[in-house]
Amino acid sequence: MTPRKTLTGWGGTAPTAADVVRPGDADGVAAALARRDPRGVVVRGLGRSYGDAAQNAGGTVLDLTGLRRVLAVDVERATVTAEAGVSLDHLMRTLLPLGLFVPVTPGTRQVTVGGAIAADVHGKDHHVRGSFSRHVAGMDLMLADGSVRHLTPDGSPDLFWATVGGMGLTGVILRAQLRMLPVQTSSVVVDTERVPDLDAVMDRMTTDDERYTYSVAWVDCLARGGALGRSVLTRGWPARLDQLPPGARGRALAFAPRRAPTVPVTSPVPLVNRSAVRVLNEAWYRRAPRERRRDVQGIAEFFHPLDVVESWPRVYGPRGFVQYQLVVPFSAPDAVRRCLQTLHRHDVVVSLAVLKRFGPGTPAPLSFPAPGWTLALDLPVVPDLAGVLDRLDALVLDAGGRVYLAKDARFPASDLHRMYPDIDRWRQVRRSVDPDGVLSSDLSRRLGL
Amino acid sequence: MMDAVGTPQSVLVLGGTSDIGLAVARRLVARRPARLVLAARPSPRRDAAVASLSAAGHEVTAVDFDAEDLPGHPGAVDAAFAGGDVDVAVVAFGVLGDQERAWRDHATAVHLMQVNTTAAVSVGVLLASRMAAQGHGTVIALSSVAGERPRRSNFVYGASKAGMDAFYTGLREAVRADGVRVVVVRPGFVTSAMTQGLARVPLSTDPDTVAEHVVRGLALRRETVWTPPALRWVMSALRHLPGPVFRRLPI
Ligand SMILES: Cc1cc2nc3c(=O)[nH]c(=O)nc-3n(C[C@H](O)[C@H](O)[C@H](O)COP(=O)(O)OP(=O)(O)OC[C@H]3O[C@@H](n4cnc5c(N)ncnc54)[C@H](O)[C@@H]3O)c2cc1C
Repeated sequence: MTPRKTLTGWGGTAPTAADVVRPGDADGVAAALARRDPRGVVVRGLGRSYGDAAQNAGGTVLDLTGLRRVLAVDVERATVTAEAGVSLDHLMRTLLPLGLFVPVTPGTRQVTVGGAIAADVHGKDHHVRGSFSRHVAGMDLMLADGSVRHLTPDGSPDLFWATVGGMGLTGVILRAQLRMLPVQTSSVVVDTERVPDLDAVMDRMTTDDERYTYSVAWVDCLARGGALGRSVLTRGWPARLDQLPPGARGRALAFAPRRAPTVPVTSPVPLVNRSAVRVLNEAWYRRAPRERRRDVQGIAEFFHPLDVVESWPRVYGPRGFVQYQLVVPFSAPDAVRRCLQTLHRHDVVVSLAVLKRFGPGTPAPLSFPAPGWTLALDLPVVPDLAGVLDRLDALVLDAGGRVYLAKDARFPASDLHRMYPDIDRWRQVRRSVDPDGVLSSDLSRRLGL
Repeated sequence: MMDAVGTPQSVLVLGGTSDIGLAVARRLVARRPARLVLAARPSPRRDAAVASLSAAGHEVTAVDFDAEDLPGHPGAVDAAFAGGDVDVAVVAFGVLGDQERAWRDHATAVHLMQVNTTAAVSVGVLLASRMAAQGHGTVIALSSVAGERPRRSNFVYGASKAGMDAFYTGLREAVRADGVRVVVVRPGFVTSAMTQGLARVPLSTDPDTVAEHVVRGLALRRETVWTPPALRWVMSALRHLPGPVFRRLPI
């Protein structure tokens, strides 16, 4: 008997039950696929996607965190071969001391290599380094029938790019070869500035983002009117050895962030509470230096501030929250403003908002990043949220933008092709490797993928 | 699939011509086209409901379902699931009956209990097993405040609703681990076809308002919905009144 479990994404919404199997190797994966569960199979990494991508109601969920070996490291060429269940956290802990950093890191280290490819994740450096898939030299994909294909961008472009951003629906990524980023230190040199409104922050970023490797603006989402979009802008570069204080150079590559403490089940200050959000936002903005240059920060502090509290979604309470992440072309910056205004007009509590600029995308039909402004919003579920998000969809669609499937939990299937115009090409590739639709998830059912 | 903000893609209404059932279904799918199954006896009312929901852009099918025909339930529920997963099933059928006849007349009493309790349990069992297999789904069971504390004025109806209410409240726990939610809705007096001709009472409501509260409750992940919400406190107070006092209340 495989244990049945109810699962949700990181947002804690829409729980469904599935048989969860945790294979330890490729044979185990093949065995699970061979069960031919009539409701299909989907892989789950560390469950950090916010919506329903890594769950499969009534079917089988393959917890891939048992495939967790780092198989080969070539320090000179800066490449690593790792099993798909290896977390980016683990890669950082083991490879930073060797001077290798993961090429792209999302806002949490607690994601697997497989999840990073399947969602084609992006980091604060997208405008210069692109998304995760740009650094994948090759991967092994187990298809629904149990056969394994080695995929490279040049050798098998169709299936490679359908798997990138493919949300686990083309097969099970077993292992991947990654091009790592050589670094001299495990620190980042950071410039921080407060910017008074949205125009100013977009202006600042447009003017000189290209100078920085990393760039992101934390938007105070409660500021309205003239202060709409006021932000704390943090941008930086990987620190060179000579940029560290002399005393710190002996342990330049140290990386051992403390394991995250967990949040008590009932948090004293649920963030759905408007005044709590206001106080926190105000404090954050005021705490940020008006302007500070060349500050040296650790990687964990800079990239993963949210990893400090492991189960922070719990602070949103039992209803959970939706993360809405959009990208609109540079030609339509006003859509960002109108989204923020719409949320304000409907009094929706936004507990976190982050703005950044994307660089060029990839050939992957379902990959999210595309050149433009991306805004990510944490929205605790309230009764009228559904209607308000429909309005945001309309703004995003009008602007020629799209939303991120790894975070989506409520987008209407009918409009998907407008956001991902190549989706039919993707469907074709998927059908060619999984004609019976063995790989399926709540997301694929909901969106008719 | 039900999404993160409580919007389903497919809805089954058992008692597919019930005013409240239809109002709930309408509101659940108001924002997006969905697949709807109306399970009811064939009738012009059912045809009209199918027509109006289709005109609103939904994909609607009708399934023959008679609450009184218990042996026919498994087949009807199978037919209702034939088109695919059901995200939300509204158990909306019920009869009010003539209270004074119901406690004196054997056939009337048995009929009331059969429809409101036995048939409700019968479909509840079938829905639970279907949805557990799906690994997801929400059952919305339309109970009544009448089941909360039996009153002289409608205790047979109250008894029938108390039975179904207890069943669904317990079922909720039995199927939770299978990803299935059970929401018990306790409306007060609802002005609808069922209550036509009866005098309205304080805190009475209408099908649209019930629907609004149900949909709101779904988004908020409530498991019991009182409508109007104030009834929760009123009934809580009434439940604890001493018998002699309760008896003299004009309710
Ligand atoms: C605090 C926080 C911050 C975040 N910040 C960012 C960010 O800045 N940028 C960004 O891009 N994303 C961000 N994310 C989202 C996250 O990076 C992605 O959702 C990522 O896919 C999660 O990886 P996971 O291992 O947890 O995968 P899961 O959530 O478990 O699964 C995600 C998808 O990947 C598929 N999948 C997983 N492993 C495999 C495999 N081996 N083979 C095939 N398919 C597989 C699953 O089927 C599913 O469809 C953030 C998430 C959190 C919680």
